[in-house]
Amino acid sequence: MTAEEWMAVRLSLEVATRSVLVSLVPAVGVAWLLARGRFPGRMLLDALVHLPLVVPPVVVGWGLLMLFGVRGPIGAPLHDWFGIRLVFTTEGAALATAVMSFPLIVRAVRLGLEGVDPGLEAAARTLGAGPVDRFVTVTLPLMSPGILAGAVTAFAAGLGEFGAVITFASNIPGETQTLPLAIYSATQTPGGETVAARLALVSFSLAMAGLLLAEVIARHMGRLLGRAG
Amino acid sequence: MIDVALRHRFGRGGFCLDAAFAAPEAGVTALFGPSGCGKSTILGAVAGLLRPQAGRVAIGGEVLLDTAARICLPPERRRCGVVFQDARLFPHLSVDSNLRYGLRRAPRDAPGPAFEEVVALLGIAPLLARRPAGLSGGERQRVALGRALLSRPRLLLMDEPLAALDAARRAEVLPFLARLRDRAGLPILYVTHALDEVDALADHLVLLDGGRVLAAGPVEALMARTDLPLLAGRRDAGVLLPCAVTGTEGDLIMLEFDGGTLVTTAHPGPPGTRLRVRVRARDVAVATEAPRGLSTRNILPVTLTAIAEAGEAGEVFLRLAAGPTTLLARVTRDSVSRLGLRPGQPVWALIKAVTFDHRAAGDATGEPPAWQGRRDGPY
Repeated sequence: MTAEEWMAVRLSLEVATRSVLVSLVPAVGVAWLLARGRFPGRMLLDALVHLPLVVPPVVVGWGLLMLFGVRGPIGAPLHDWFGIRLVFTTEGAALATAVMSFPLIVRAVRLGLEGVDPGLEAAARTLGAGPVDRFVTVTLPLMSPGILAGAVTAFAAGLGEFGAVITFASNIPGETQTLPLAIYSATQTPGGETVAARLALVSFSLAMAGLLLAEVIARHMGRLLGRAG
Repeated sequence: MIDVALRHRFGRGGFCLDAAFAAPEAGVTALFGPSGCGKSTILGAVAGLLRPQAGRVAIGGEVLLDTAARICLPPERRRCGVVFQDARLFPHLSVDSNLRYGLRRAPRDAPGPAFEEVVALLGIAPLLARRPAGLSGGERQRVALGRALLSRPRLLLMDEPLAALDAARRAEVLPFLARLRDRAGLPILYVTHALDEVDALADHLVLLDGGRVLAAGPVEALMARTDLPLLAGRRDAGVLLPCAVTGTEGDLIMLEFDGGTLVTTAHPGPPGTRLRVRVRARDVAVATEAPRGLSTRNILPVTLTAIAEAGEAGEVFLRLAAGPTTLLARVTRDSVSRLGLRPGQPVWALIKAVTFDHRAAGDATGEPPAWQGRRDGPY
């Protein structure tokens, strides 16, 4: 593989990692609200979170461009006050990937949370644990398989995010040209078939490894938590 | 006193709980009744896990809940240790960490037994490093008892702690419960629908049905009543007699109670052992003359004090006074008229069997059975 191809692989890994890091904590919060919250607008929040699953990724990228563009309602203050520019940057690619994979994490975390027996939290209460205490010492450890599964799935999916990234962050080698974008570029280049095939294989292997890892972690955690695994 | 008064309706036209009782601040108060009578709901409201529409809960004047005064302490500040039917051990923590969970969060100046003491009391030292998933049902429940006790509560709440266990596991855990009761020096509210657990553990009884309190009082007093179908209508209806082992005679054991002596072949313990036996009404017959040539050993001179309806057609309860102690006999109405039985008449009570509802076998630690040396029982 050429240096350029390696760069695409490295960049994909970096973007996927950053996207997971960015969305993990908000995803746990949103999953909590959706699973346990009783407030008006819960259904709306649920729909909003799941939007990236059904809206064309290009539309998500366009939406981000409108919001986070240097003249957008969020992008402008970020740019003017903090000098942060997200469009056409690696950070921007990570943001677009994070938004796209957010529903995946939320779903997995929510499943994990719904698997936590509320009776155990009640037991923690009677033993003197306040809300934050019992979340940290009981709920969080018990839902951690869901969190980990969500993170790994989102990471594997994030390696391949195309539409939102190319729309919001463009296709800049070394900057925002992740694996799928490099594959796309290769197919557009005369004689790029072998490059495309090589990168496709790498992409396939990484995704596969990610899913297998998720499975192994889930089993291990299940054993740790005393469930049949 | 532990004062509990609760009113709660589940849904519109749903189950309605309207119960009030006072329990002494020592010993075990059993909340006894059929499934769905509201006993677990009461426990949940005392623990704070359920918020009743109206009510008041206070322990020795300290108010945990008073809807009229808008006081409702959250469970984490009530200091009520709860032992659930399903143990509810934290699956991600070792037995040791489970036990220390409440201890770490208890007020520093709260009195209570030390960690090692509780571990020894419940015989769970070999389990400390293990995870809850690897424990048997009985072991789990013992750890749950320890965890609740170590949270240094001022009141222990037990919600059918033995109901999920099979007979063998129940027999394994029951002696530990009795020991915990004797050593912890804590008031315990104990929810159950099993009469043998009441016999074995309870000092006080709150009888519940349909969300209401039917009767409340010392266990022995309630068991001798014939107007409570929940107790008197059972096959094993009868009185509970506090006794002491006074001696042996060959294979026989002499059990002395206030008003007479019983003979039994069971071996509840060495002389001096105090225990409680159940004398079922259907195991007691009466004779108007001193019987002779009978295989029954237990023949006591008693006075027939009253004849009460037994709820079942053709049968009555006879109240028999043996000194200050009351015995119940269940006989047919036909026998009453045939023998011309009437209150005030001296008769002979023939007791065919005595059941020991609490055989606390000595356990591995060599501790005496739990019913020995009970400190604050009513006798």
